[in-house]
Amino acid sequence: MIKAVLSGDMPRSSVLALVLGLILICLALAPFLFPGVRTVDTAARICVFIVLVASYDLLLGYGGIVSFAHTMFFGIGAYGVALALTHMGRGFDAILVGAGAGALLAAALAFVIGLFSLRVRAIFFAMITLAVASAVAVLVSQLSGLTGGEDGLTFQTPRTLGPAFKFGDELFGVKLNGKLLSYYVVFLGSLVLFLLMLRVVNSPFGRVLQAIRENDFRAEAIGYRVVYYRVAATCLSAAVAALAGSLYAIWLRYVGPDTTLSMEIMIDILLMVVIGGMGTMYGAVIGATLLVLAQNYLQNLMGAAGSLVEALPVLPQLLDADRWLLWLGVLFILSVYFFPTGVVGRLRRG
Amino acid sequence: MSMAPEHAPTMARLSLAQRLAPWMPVLLVPLLVVAGLLAIPNTSSWLTLTVSGLAMGMMIFLMASGLTLVFGLMDVINFGHGAFVSVGAFVGVSVLLMLGGLTGAPSLALNLAAMGLAVIGAMLATGAMGWAFEKVIVEPVYGHHLKQILVTMGGLIVVEQLIIVLWGPEEIYISRPEALKGAITFAGAALEKYRLVAVGLGLVVFAGMRWTLRRTKIGLIVRAGVENGEMVQALGYRLRLVFVGVFIAGSALAGLGGVMWGLYQEVVSAHMGNQAMILIFIVVIIGGLGSVEGCFIGALLVGLMQNYVAFLEPKVALISNIGLMVAILMWRPMGMIPVVKAK
Amino acid sequence: MSDPILRLEGVYTNIAQYHILQGVELEVPRGAVTMLLGRNGVGKTTTLRTIIGHWRARQGRILLDGQDITQMPTPAIARAGVGFVPEDMGIFANLTVEENMVLAAVSGPIDSARLDWVFQAFPPLKTFWKSEAGNLSGGQKQMLSIARAMVEERRLYLIDEPTKGLAPAIVSTMARALRELKAQGASILLVEQNFSVARALGDSACVMDDGRIIWSGEMRELATDAALQERLMGLSMEAH
Repeated sequence: MIKAVLSGDMPRSSVLALVLGLILICLALAPFLFPGVRTVDTAARICVFIVLVASYDLLLGYGGIVSFAHTMFFGIGAYGVALALTHMGRGFDAILVGAGAGALLAAALAFVIGLFSLRVRAIFFAMITLAVASAVAVLVSQLSGLTGGEDGLTFQTPRTLGPAFKFGDELFGVKLNGKLLSYYVVFLGSLVLFLLMLRVVNSPFGRVLQAIRENDFRAEAIGYRVVYYRVAATCLSAAVAALAGSLYAIWLRYVGPDTTLSMEIMIDILLMVVIGGMGTMYGAVIGATLLVLAQNYLQNLMGAAGSLVEALPVLPQLLDADRWLLWLGVLFILSVYFFPTGVVGRLRRG
Repeated sequence: MSMAPEHAPTMARLSLAQRLAPWMPVLLVPLLVVAGLLAIPNTSSWLTLTVSGLAMGMMIFLMASGLTLVFGLMDVINFGHGAFVSVGAFVGVSVLLMLGGLTGAPSLALNLAAMGLAVIGAMLATGAMGWAFEKVIVEPVYGHHLKQILVTMGGLIVVEQLIIVLWGPEEIYISRPEALKGAITFAGAALEKYRLVAVGLGLVVFAGMRWTLRRTKIGLIVRAGVENGEMVQALGYRLRLVFVGVFIAGSALAGLGGVMWGLYQEVVSAHMGNQAMILIFIVVIIGGLGSVEGCFIGALLVGLMQNYVAFLEPKVALISNIGLMVAILMWRPMGMIPVVKAK
Repeated sequence: MSDPILRLEGVYTNIAQYHILQGVELEVPRGAVTMLLGRNGVGKTTTLRTIIGHWRARQGRILLDGQDITQMPTPAIARAGVGFVPEDMGIFANLTVEENMVLAAVSGPIDSARLDWVFQAFPPLKTFWKSEAGNLSGGQKQMLSIARAMVEERRLYLIDEPTKGLAPAIVSTMARALRELKAQGASILLVEQNFSVARALGDSACVMDDGRIIWSGEMRELATDAALQERLMGLSMEAH
């Protein structure tokens, strides 16, 4: 049964299975285990990023393609839902239309970019996605009439997903309101999307993709049209990223360039994939959980450490909470060098 | 044994289109300028825009040339190249701010001396940094594109953050040296002096680079190495050393481009390198990865396009360059001047 | 006879997971032409590429004039006096003939007497001196490739299939040039499939099969013994 749900791709390490199980339980019961606005918010963020990172892993870990436009696709999904809810009213139909349109647009855009760059050489893709994603980010902040510009858009989700909607009294001290439902929409949506990705990479399509990553020349010689497979992977990955963006928008009831399109999120995604373990899918779970937790809790710790060494030169600036990215960058380089298989690779080997 | 039919090669007369084909990339620049003239009815505005487009193109060329050569020579793609632009700009601007006495004086000679010192400081700093970057970041990931992209991107983030640690998170505003402020009027059009200087400098660097590549042995080794590095080594040249040299020179040029760019915008920020990378990538892709000439033409096209479109329809300026890239890749999928690899 | 210019002792080379050379034992005598023969895919090209250092020997030693060059970087091996003409000719197509030759003269400007000798061996190179090498015909490219090795005196020439795919007239030009090189006392290790060229030029011969040298001896002996050829290479060279 479990094997079928996981598409036959078992964790293959008892420690890993234990950790994954723990994460699943914590996320499934987060509102009850860790009641509190901030902790539930963190849990929702972890859910969304697991899907986002898993969809990126399909591209990077399984396809061997580096993209810098993943936040763009993520943003397209988020803005799709935001615009639909703004203009069509706060209904579930608007969510469906927005998410569907976002996923389609993301896939179409990925198709065009992929066709232009992947047929020449895979590194073109990295360069072109960087250029296109930056241009789109600029465009979104300029078209403030439509997108709210730098301020973003705040909108209303269906009443049943809002805190004002009550469907019971309390359960284990947790209020049974729309916010709780909203969390479970995000959680279940993420779970389904993640299992879908797992299914994809373990399908014949996923295996061809891996063969291409190992040796594209040979794959082509055997008769697989490498470009088609790569472009298909790009489209699929973009569509799932857009759906993750839609879930995030439903949860936040807000979209803005900083929460969906920024380069920093792109770097977070890269870091999560590499630290979790490229080409494993489960790496996405580990990487996203670790990084989101670290961001929410370690950053404060770093700030505290910074104030401890206040008297010393330079060190306080280096340990400033705003320099979080500096240390992530260093960590990132070191992981690519010394830890290329990530946590999952390590656990499976050990 | 029967006689083989006599082989009598004839030269078919090439059609005009066939003869023009190799020159098409070069012709695109004047074509775009003419198209600009048709789209912008006011001749003096057009002239102003053309000069600023050329100036911008020259600066992008300075920043991009190193990247394209490094790729051509060693198949190394450096996503951290933008870091050199930022560092060059910050070092250059710091030097200029220290030399306030020289830049504030209304003397062209003193101003140029200050500019020269700033440029030298920036190039030394970014050259040294390029050497370190190559050793620490790039060398361990030779021959592995995926890791190169990831690691050099990581390098860019670290350098950006270090700039903030050293110079603070605020943007630094800088005004140009006295004698380079203002504009001269030519044929009714106001041409900013600084832009003219940028065009001149770009031309000089391009000419110098071409001369080095065509007329010196190092240049021969670089050109041969772009084509077939293995054979260059089999002839007895230490390509690795040449590559490090090119990497350092390319980084120094990016630093030079950074100073010029910073003074052009009159503000520098830690993210400017990252922003410049967008244009740099577009330029090296449409030029043909590895080709200096293609990079030069591509940079001019991007600079002109950006300025014309920004005048006509400001919001689509950046998108227009993406459009330009798409159009050129549809025409030539490997870029305007594709570099032929022997392997 | 004096000690050999080149000696390979039990050389093993892998390319990715494939074991290509499996214990090559080879001696190239000084001032003579040694033919390296064998069917396609037995490791002849890999042997040359291992000597010049493009592939690294996993095991064994390569001695140039008694000096161990096994782990030396390729440029150092070349500067120790090894001229290499690869199978794909390795021409720099975007450079002119002149620039190709200037690059090949590693130790300084081209010696004009030597250049005259090269021109006399390969007249087309003089005609197309200023043309881009990419515009040369296949035969002219091969001439340029060998001329690059000849432009300076080397201790050892490694030449991989210089007559492959060339018209008969050009093959004889090539053979004449190699004979002149030999007449100057050069030491040459030559991979050649064209039997008449091999017989005309070779002093000694080594036959490879499956990553090893399976026979070595006088070229004359091999050339006259059809049964031996049949046994070593699975076909008579005459039929080639």
